[in-house]
Amino acid sequence: MTEQKAAGLTRRQRYEAAQRKRAAIIATTSTVLVVAAIVILVPMTPGWEKVQRSFFNGATLVQTFPKLLDAFKINVMIFAWSAPAIAILGLLIALARDTKSPALFPLRIFGTAFTDIFRGIPVILTVYLIGFGIPGLGLPCPWNSPYIWGSLALILTYSAYVAEIFRSGIDSVHHSQRSAALSLGLTERQVTRDVVLPQAIRNVVPAQMNMLIALQKDVSLLSFIGPVEIFRQAGVFKSLLANFTPYVGAAIIFLIVTIPATRYADYLMARQRQERR
Amino acid sequence: MSRFLTLTAVLAVVSTSAMAGGHCAAGKTLEDGKLTIATGNPAYYPWVLNDAPESGEGFEAAVAYAVAAEMGFADEDVVWVRSSFDEAIQPGAKNFNFNMQQYSITAERDAVVDFSVPYYTAPMAVLVSPGATETEPTLAALRGLKWGAVGSTTAVPKLETVIQPDSAPLLYGDNADVNAAMSANQIDAALFDLPTALFLSAVMIEGSKVIGQFAPDESDNPDQFGMLMEQGNPLKACVDEALNAMKDSGKLAEIEAQWLQDTTGVPLIK
Repeated sequence: MTEQKAAGLTRRQRYEAAQRKRAAIIATTSTVLVVAAIVILVPMTPGWEKVQRSFFNGATLVQTFPKLLDAFKINVMIFAWSAPAIAILGLLIALARDTKSPALFPLRIFGTAFTDIFRGIPVILTVYLIGFGIPGLGLPCPWNSPYIWGSLALILTYSAYVAEIFRSGIDSVHHSQRSAALSLGLTERQVTRDVVLPQAIRNVVPAQMNMLIALQKDVSLLSFIGPVEIFRQAGVFKSLLANFTPYVGAAIIFLIVTIPATRYADYLMARQRQERR
Repeated sequence: MSRFLTLTAVLAVVSTSAMAGGHCAAGKTLEDGKLTIATGNPAYYPWVLNDAPESGEGFEAAVAYAVAAEMGFADEDVVWVRSSFDEAIQPGAKNFNFNMQQYSITAERDAVVDFSVPYYTAPMAVLVSPGATETEPTLAALRGLKWGAVGSTTAVPKLETVIQPDSAPLLYGDNADVNAAMSANQIDAALFDLPTALFLSAVMIEGSKVIGQFAPDESDNPDQFGMLMEQGNPLKACVDEALNAMKDSGKLAEIEAQWLQDTTGVPLIK
């Protein structure tokens, strides 16, 4: 049956099938060669055993992993309340920068200054300045918590980036759409809310996914001002056990979260490309 | 017979003069019959009081005189010189027999200079913020405080196993960050080794106080201070012997209690 079908193929189809087979063989061979080279050659290096003992120590990993997972809950918590705040503040800043009315010029200045400042300062510096600086002014407990002010530092920094992405999304909606909507009798406000923003936001979802992934990792910067999240917990284990495996354990936990998120962002981008075709 | 007596007398005189220089230390010091000890310039409280080691007041000054006495030197045979911290730790000839200024014994330093057996093991101490200075130095009272510590130090396991605070401690990268958190009132108390805690409370954080110290615990790899000597100094054996004798007799512990608990007013935590 199959033979009969194969016999029915045109010369071009046979040629393409052969080409595909050849490509598959080459891809398999090269992958096998590279993996084999890594698996065989790396352990042959003189320092491998030492590196394995201090970075890939199975016993240490098993011993520390549950507590690392526990500490990761702090990351998730900070992420969970920061991300929506960033989305809202980012959108507001983007809209502030996009206002057209001359009376709102101060708002535009504010939006520009905000993005310039918080995009320009390294995150860790913002975390230190806001995390230690504002509570240092003499706020009473619990309003001086490093969780509150550290999160605010992340929110401010990331809003600046997210606002720029939203703005590029707004710019990507063709001017004719706005004109058309205005000619239909919609107000400026309605045009922005009902015509421009829905398209703009949809256009930048994949790019914003990248910001989420980056934020998820940068939550660890809050460890500098006290919270014992996964990175600090791994550091404590590193000092106690004189072994770097806990950091590898932390990396594994991060990857478990970020890889699916990255694949999802890829999927969204691919779908968007298809829709635009 | 008389010749024999003379010989005995001569020998006796020789041996007495040798005694004056110490049995073990004879001929091993820079200047015969004198013991030259170096300290910091200036030397600080509570290690040396009023920058005057000659008074024998302050922990290191008191230990120095006690060690000298143990080795057979009278108080007036002790000569003090000054040296900077870094100068003493470099390899090469020294202008002192031994140097005391809170040198922690580390393997790297031990490669270029010699250390005596430790004369002090720095215990962990509790530094509290200005708002918590009235806290009792008891474990029960300490448990209720909001704690901080440097994440890479042995203070972390000590907190977890001994103090077991009610709320999770906050951990930082270095002393300066703990300092900032305490100034911002984000933590009430922090765990340091005693010398660091005394320094921070006196110099860095206004109004803070060291309210208690833990008994030094051999198991948690603490900071140990040793007397620093030139590499290969033959005097090391004598100094070690004297220090060990003082440890066995309880003399060293007595000096420590006098100068580092009573004088500093930092009681042991119960």
